[in-house]
Order: sequence, then C-alpha cells, then structure tokens
Amino acid sequence: MSDTTSQKIPVTVLTGYLGAGKTTLLNRILSENHGKKYAVIVNEFGEIGIDNDLIIGADEEVFEMNNGCVCCTVRGDLVRILDGLMKRKGKFDAIIVETTGLADPAPVAQTFFVDEDVQKHARLDAVVTVADARWLSDRLKDAPEAKNQIAFADVIVLNKTDLVTPAELNEVEARIRAINPYARLHRTERCQVALADVLDRGAFDLDRILDIEPDFLEAGDDHDHDHDHGHDHHHHHDHGHGLKHYHDEDMQSLSLRTDKPLDPNRFMPWLQNLVASEGQKILRSKGILAFHEDDDRYVFQGVHMMLEGDHQRKWKDDEPRESRLVFIGRELPEAAIREGFAGCIVT
Amino acid sequence: MTEFQPESGSTVSVTNRVRPLALGIAVTSVHFLGERAAFVGAEEYVALVDQQGAITKVAVHGGGILCAVADGKRIVMGGDDGKLVALDDKGAVTLLATDPKRRWIDNVAVHPDGALAWSAGKTAFVRGPKGEEKSLDVASTVGGLAFAPKGLRLAVAHYNGVTLWFPNMAAKPEFLEWAGSHLAVTFSPDNKFLVTAMHEPSMHGWRLADNKHMRMSGYPGRVRSMSWSSGGRFLATSGADQVILWPFAGKDGPMGKEPAMLAPMQVRATAVACHPAQDIVVVGYADGTILMVRISDGAEILVRRNIGVAVAGLAWNPKGTQLAFAAEDGDAGLLEL
Repeated sequence: MSDTTSQKIPVTVLTGYLGAGKTTLLNRILSENHGKKYAVIVNEFGEIGIDNDLIIGADEEVFEMNNGCVCCTVRGDLVRILDGLMKRKGKFDAIIVETTGLADPAPVAQTFFVDEDVQKHARLDAVVTVADARWLSDRLKDAPEAKNQIAFADVIVLNKTDLVTPAELNEVEARIRAINPYARLHRTERCQVALADVLDRGAFDLDRILDIEPDFLEAGDDHDHDHDHGHDHHHHHDHGHGLKHYHDEDMQSLSLRTDKPLDPNRFMPWLQNLVASEGQKILRSKGILAFHEDDDRYVFQGVHMMLEGDHQRKWKDDEPRESRLVFIGRELPEAAIREGFAGCIVT
Repeated sequence: MTEFQPESGSTVSVTNRVRPLALGIAVTSVHFLGERAAFVGAEEYVALVDQQGAITKVAVHGGGILCAVADGKRIVMGGDDGKLVALDDKGAVTLLATDPKRRWIDNVAVHPDGALAWSAGKTAFVRGPKGEEKSLDVASTVGGLAFAPKGLRLAVAHYNGVTLWFPNMAAKPEFLEWAGSHLAVTFSPDNKFLVTAMHEPSMHGWRLADNKHMRMSGYPGRVRSMSWSSGGRFLATSGADQVILWPFAGKDGPMGKEPAMLAPMQVRATAVACHPAQDIVVVGYADGTILMVRISDGAEILVRRNIGVAVAGLAWNPKGTQLAFAAEDGDAGLLEL
C-alpha cells in the first residue's frame, strides 16, 4: 500500500472568532446527507448536538519543537489524536479540526509540515475561517487573533450577511480583502454554503496551487466561480466591482511577478533566507516559478518558516512562463522583498 | 550483488520454521498471555493464538484500542470508548474503569504487585492492589506512564518533562524537567535510570540518583519501541535504520558512551524486543523484515523476509522459547526455538 496524496485522510481546519458561526457550519457538515462520515476534533464538548462516536474533545496544546526555531510550534494534542484516529481508518472519510475562537491557525498547519507520522496518514486540506459580517470589522481592530484567522484562510465564510446593509457588507469584504485577497470568499446567512466550497479544497496540495490570483479578480466580470450556483446568489453582486480599496496597517499581502526566468541558484537561497529571517511575520506563502532553462513548473508553499516545494509539471506551450509569488503577513518588508526577488531574475 | 539471497552467505534463515498466521485484523502490539500469543488489534479485538495455531478473536473495546500492556497473566488496554479493560489468560474480559466523560484512555501501566495506572487527558490514575484509587493532574496531556520496579512510584511523562509520583505519600511529586514533548517512558530494571522517547526523533534520560541528564539523540525517526535486554544491560530502540542499543551496565549508564548499532537495513526499525534471558534482540522493520540479532557480535538470523507492511509488534514468551510477531496488516507468525 503506497501513501499517495489521494489515500491520505483530508483534514479541514475550521477557525473563526467567537460567535461567528463555526458550530453552525460544523453542525451542517455533520447533519447534511452527503454520504460521508467525518471525525471531528472539537474544543468545547457538547456544543454539537449530534451523537457521533467520532467527535473527540481536545485541549489545544501548543508545543514548541526542540529545533531552535521559535515559531516552530505544533499542536501536540492533534498529533496524539490523529495517531489514535488512524486506528479507526476506514470508519471515516475526512477529519475536521475546530479551533477555539482565540486560536492561531499556524500551529495546526505546522503540525502537518513537521510531524512525520501525521504526514504519513493525513494531509491538510484547507483553513476555513468563518467571519461575522456584523462584527468582523471591529474585531480586526481589537483582536489580533481575528486578523490572523483571516490572513491564514484559504476559504472565508462571511456569515450573518442578513444582519448588515449591502454597504456594510461591501465594507467588511473590502477589509478582508485588504488582508487576504486570495482566499475564496462566500457570503452566507446561517453558514448556508455548499459543502463542496469548504471541504476537499486541496488548498495545501502542491499540484493544485493554481489559485494565486486574487479571488475577487478571478470572480470579477464573468462570475466564473468554480462551484454550484444553486445557493445564495446575491454573493455575486458587487463581487470584484466597487469594493473600496483598504490598506491594513499591519497585515498585508504582497504579490510578485515576472515573465523573465528566475535563477534557481539565486532564488532558492533567497527564499530560504527570507523565511528564516522574516518567517515570524510571514503567515502564508505560495508560488509558481519558471526557472531558467527548466521546462518544468516549480511550485512551493509555506507556513511561517516551513516551506515545501517541488517540480510540478511541464509548462504548456500556450502558457506564459511567468513566475508568481504571494506572501501574506504582518509588517512585511516589502521593499527588501521586492529587491531580493528582482536579484533572482536572469537578465 | 543484485539479488537478495538470504539463504546464501552468512545470513542464516529460520523463515521455514515460522508458523504463519493470517489474523485478519490490523495489529498494533503483540504479547504473551499464558501459553497463548495475543495480538492486540487497532480496534475492538484481540486475537489469541494457541500452540496449535488456532485463532480466537475476543472483543475488548467498542472502538479504537489506544494502548496495551501485559504482565504475562493479563493484558490491560485503554480505548477511545473511554474504557479500561483487562483480558486474562482464560480469554475473559473485565471492565476495570470507565471515564465519566468518555475521554480517550491512551496510556496504561501495570505494576508487578497488581497495581494499575492509566491516563485520560492531563489526569493520571493509580489503582492499588486493594482497589484504592488516586489521581494526579499534570500540566499537559499525559504522554506515557511507567511504574518503577521497586515501590509504588509512577513516572508520568508529559510536555517539558516527567513527574515522579509516589501515590501513597503526601509529598509533592518530583518534576524532572526537559524541554519538549515526552511520550513513552521507562525505568531501567535496576531502578537507577529513567528514559523517555520524545515527540522529536530523540530520547532523553535521567540518572535518578542525581537527576543528571542523558541526551540520547541522533535518530532519523521517532522512537516508538523500546526494550530492556536481560538484566537491563542494554536498552534497545527502534527509530533508526538499524537497532540502537544504549549501554546501561555501568553506574553512568550511557553517559559519554556510544550506543551499539546493529543489523543495518535500508529501512527503519519499527519494533524491538529483547530476549528474556540471553543477549539477543529481535528487530522488525518498516518493510516487514524481522531479524534476530546477537548483541555481542551482531550476528543476524532472518525470521521474516521483507514482505508487505511494517512490523507492528514482537514478543517473546517468558521462557524465551517462542517468538510471536505481527505486521500492521495482521500478517503474523509464531516461531518455536
């Protein structure tokens, strides 16, 4: 039996500030008739009104690794629980990890980069953040955890849209986009989102690092969403149009692009140095790279100081050979990053 | 040499003397229970196998089996059903404890005098031979439990160290500190040393007389299996692509000494079990290979070829005349020596 990606159990991390609607979404996932069985790791026992022997209570235990890297933390409880759950392999299709409202998603994600046993059996699918349309703007001002959760997200469920005016909704979405323009965003009431939009996203699958265009640009004029349109149509209105442009003072994204080839002998050390020195500030990074005299696309992704990358596939003939990188982080040294990147371009 | 030819050269093979067993359940550990070999499943069942190779499956848990220890007369197991159960050598199952919150019972230890210890979350429980029960809360989730060979003293491994607790004494438990997450824990048979396997690919030890640290590092993978050799002269460990044996004969244990490294392979050792009387260790590997290794000179005997999946468990009977083994997929065997 080989351990290919498809055989690994997908793990979805569900975050969101207190009261945003995580439990509502979790209950929907567990109760909807989708023919799949989920094991759920929760922090508050009893909030979920569903009887399921695969609901496991956890204490969020963040452990530092003994490798001298200060931001290299893992969720010790998760390592233990995933190990135990694997004894019941075949009894469930996927795992959902609910974090507390105050949790930083990084240790959860890093657990999948660091722990060999976890990697053998499970793969991180996506970080899904539920946000409260009414209160998120306030929380982004006073709660660094809320900002972290938005910055880290692959999918954002902007919930409770019925409690705000269209103008307020645009405002909060613009604030989200100022921090994280790349996450898939779904506007919902009572977390009514197609489960295919939150589960099995493959956001950490190197083979699926395609979506590093800002979501609102892609979704713009032609409304070309890749999901079922049968639900919640009004989330298309104003999508990509008319969003005010905000700049968040401490959390930003930075995108780099070039159509000239990169020198791998300069780029790789630069990237490794960058995450080693600025990794505490960089929450997420992703890239598709065109190296000099290399017919293969190289893809990478990272969480703080941890990176993984690989040659992905041949560049297609009709595809522009350009390199694109995205960083999301706090107080990113933009000028230095741009300068360092420019120094990796073959001229 | 391009072909694997175990029958030729210096490698002696006893593969043709193994009685093969198809257990039909995923196995996580192997023990002896009286005359029978006991294979603890990943969930629900233990498969008992008698001298003739007849297999009896006994239901022990209503879910995953998270931990199991044996003292020859019974196997005590904790499960994700929140239960602690014992299976005795007659095949009878006894419910020993139920966690009121149905938390996972994921560590267990037995004392030669009949005392028991188990843990759920951050709480370690001890039940004395007369049935009296005590509990201790530690700072983080319990990673491992072990009774000292003498007296009623329990080692509780957790994040950033080990708590040493005398359940029958009022004194504050002693705390042995070392940064990192400590999982399995074991006392040396002479009661002089305490060793933990950490979440990182490393072990840590303390000399109990002065709490002096012993760093036992250099593993490529996490140490999941440890076994004391006869008389406690060596501690054999998995986690590397050979068996690592730390010398514990002298008063300084392995301090300042190199471990012996025997039976190198291209894959990691996943399970080790020392012979109860002789300086022999049997080693199972991630590719299914099992080798019997003489500690004095590293001479190897092939017990199982590199077929299938990783070796999950190995056990000697108390006399050391029989070896039971199983791979993770339940492909198992008995070897009479």
